[in-house]
Amino acid sequence: MSKQAQHWEKSRGLLLITLAIWFVFSIGIFLFGAEMNEVTGPFGYPLTYWFTCQGSLGAFVILIFWFANRQEKIDEEFGFSERGDD
Amino acid sequence: MIKGNFIDNLPKVYGIYTGGFLAFIIIMSIAEQMGMTAKTIGICFVAFTVAIYAIIGYLSRTAQADAYYVAGRQVPTVFNGMATAADWMSGASFVAMAGGIYFKGYGYMALLVGWTGGYVLVASLLAPYLRKFGCYTVPDFIGTRYGGNLTRFLAVVVLTVASFTYVTAQINATGTIASVALDIPFQYAVYVGLVSILLCSMLGGMRGVTWTQVAQYIVLIIAYLLPVFWISNKMGAGFFPHFMLADEVARIGELEQQFGFIKNSAADLANVPKGLAGITKAHSAVNASPWAFISLALAMMMGTASLPHVMMRYFTTPSVKAARKSVGWSLFFIFLLYSSAPMLATLSKLSLIDPSLPTGIIGKSIAEVQAIDWYQNWNQANLMFVSDFNGNGTLELNEFFMGGKAVVLATPEIAGLPYVISGLVAAGGMAAAMSTADGLILAIANAISHDVYYKIIDPKAETAKRLVVARVLLVVIGFAGATIAAMEIQGILGSVIWAFDFAMSGLFFPLVLGVWWKRANREGAIAGMALGLISGAGYLIWVRTGGSGFLGITQLTFGIFGSAVSLVAMVVVSLITSEPSAATQRMVDEVRVPSGKSILGKQH
Repeated sequence: MSKQAQHWEKSRGLLLITLAIWFVFSIGIFLFGAEMNEVTGPFGYPLTYWFTCQGSLGAFVILIFWFANRQEKIDEEFGFSERGDD
Repeated sequence: MIKGNFIDNLPKVYGIYTGGFLAFIIIMSIAEQMGMTAKTIGICFVAFTVAIYAIIGYLSRTAQADAYYVAGRQVPTVFNGMATAADWMSGASFVAMAGGIYFKGYGYMALLVGWTGGYVLVASLLAPYLRKFGCYTVPDFIGTRYGGNLTRFLAVVVLTVASFTYVTAQINATGTIASVALDIPFQYAVYVGLVSILLCSMLGGMRGVTWTQVAQYIVLIIAYLLPVFWISNKMGAGFFPHFMLADEVARIGELEQQFGFIKNSAADLANVPKGLAGITKAHSAVNASPWAFISLALAMMMGTASLPHVMMRYFTTPSVKAARKSVGWSLFFIFLLYSSAPMLATLSKLSLIDPSLPTGIIGKSIAEVQAIDWYQNWNQANLMFVSDFNGNGTLELNEFFMGGKAVVLATPEIAGLPYVISGLVAAGGMAAAMSTADGLILAIANAISHDVYYKIIDPKAETAKRLVVARVLLVVIGFAGATIAAMEIQGILGSVIWAFDFAMSGLFFPLVLGVWWKRANREGAIAGMALGLISGAGYLIWVRTGGSGFLGITQLTFGIFGSAVSLVAMVVVSLITSEPSAATQRMVDEVRVPSGKSILGKQH
């Protein structure tokens, strides 16, 4: 397999993991919104309510930075990283 | 004071700017103490900030195509994040979002999840690859990847339908704020708003818009957060509201139990002024079915990833790597405002309905409420209304009505904050609406000037001529938007949500599959864009004209139907026609490698 194909396979693997986490925070937990809201979440808010105000939103921010770092590692591994700055 | 390259000095330049703005707020509050009238303060805030944006717009003037279209591709990640956040957060986010949460609670908060979760799709599926491609506009990518003028043209059509739906709402919002702050009739205020918008983008294109949007983000985030923190402290709810409002949320739940949601008769409701609503939904309880919540969130997420004015912000970063990081920063800056909106809604609601607080009006006598100063002001502005339906002389929860905008606009005054805060909020709302309108008008004008005029009509046109065409289009589209906005056809929020649905119907799958599915070809893309947009629009018209809809897809989520049709059409048509040429397939391989030269040249 060529270097490029291997790089793409790894990138696709990372995409699938990222989308799986995204699915949990954007869709998965809201399938059980009513049940989960009975539980007390962080800072004392009802759990589902907290996810809609802060939890899911914050998780997306962290997820994107995590994804960007992992993708950079993959690029470096195959020598595809760009020189220079952000 | 500032030496050397502008880009290297950005933190310093915007640091001084932020300090200057804070100093301006302090000067205004001193002036208020010395007797400056509320009206003058409002005018000062709007005029001062708009003048600054105009100066930045003038300083950013350019005659180069890559500076005009993609800000020379040298915007650092953090600053591009701020610019994107301002581009993204519209007048609706700023003025109407907290109000929506106040009235509809959980069901409405699907928008918070949708308008943030979409950025995960932007970062992982699209932005880095489109940056590598090196396009100027979104149709530029579609046209080059799939080949042919028809694909390019269809992409411009979808972009224009979606962005134009959106931009009228934004010009409307600038008009509303300008008319209140400057005290002029709405029909003229709309054009004042338009001129302010064009001042930012006319001379510098994307470069001018980028640096004004950063400035606008700073104003809007200060204008949103300062009142939230101040009100929370003043009410004794906690010095950091985001972590400390659990008791207040629980208290609202108790009060809801105590008052109950009494349904008003249609005859009673007929007396309530148009646009005002009462509290009829639980604040923090789950009040929507899982599908209603998820379908709305999903439509907004896919729409986010298809809206060209957002995507084109990531064409301005120096590298592919920077584009990815920049999406993270964008969402971080958006998160700061979005996570504060539910807190503002909570504080606003509790301060109004809790009888044990001095500001609470429920349970007071109607005459007493009608005598309150702020009630009279906002009643006159047509944003508050009380009526004694049951004739017991006391105000009940179901007898109090408010406009959605009042949550952001009136809460500072209700909580007893000085008027300078209201002036600040007006400047923030203006910044939010202007920055989004600028991004949208520029997206449309650039697509038409670059993709239709230069790429299809006159490929030999010189740069100077292309930029003249781009600027003329900017003005024409701006005026068209303002003219429609002046007619006041639909509410701010409805048309914003439609824009997302239109964009996802026509563009989501052609964009995503263009990168992720090599087999996708021209015929498939044409079918996907055309059938997606037509079926989405058809569904909207059907539901609007009394159709029942299916699968719980409403007029707010019609993009789910449109994009499903688009996906099926694109896959089926691609598979029954021949696969893309070897050159196109090589191009897709090339896009997937982050390093190396971009597909399209620096100047094209």
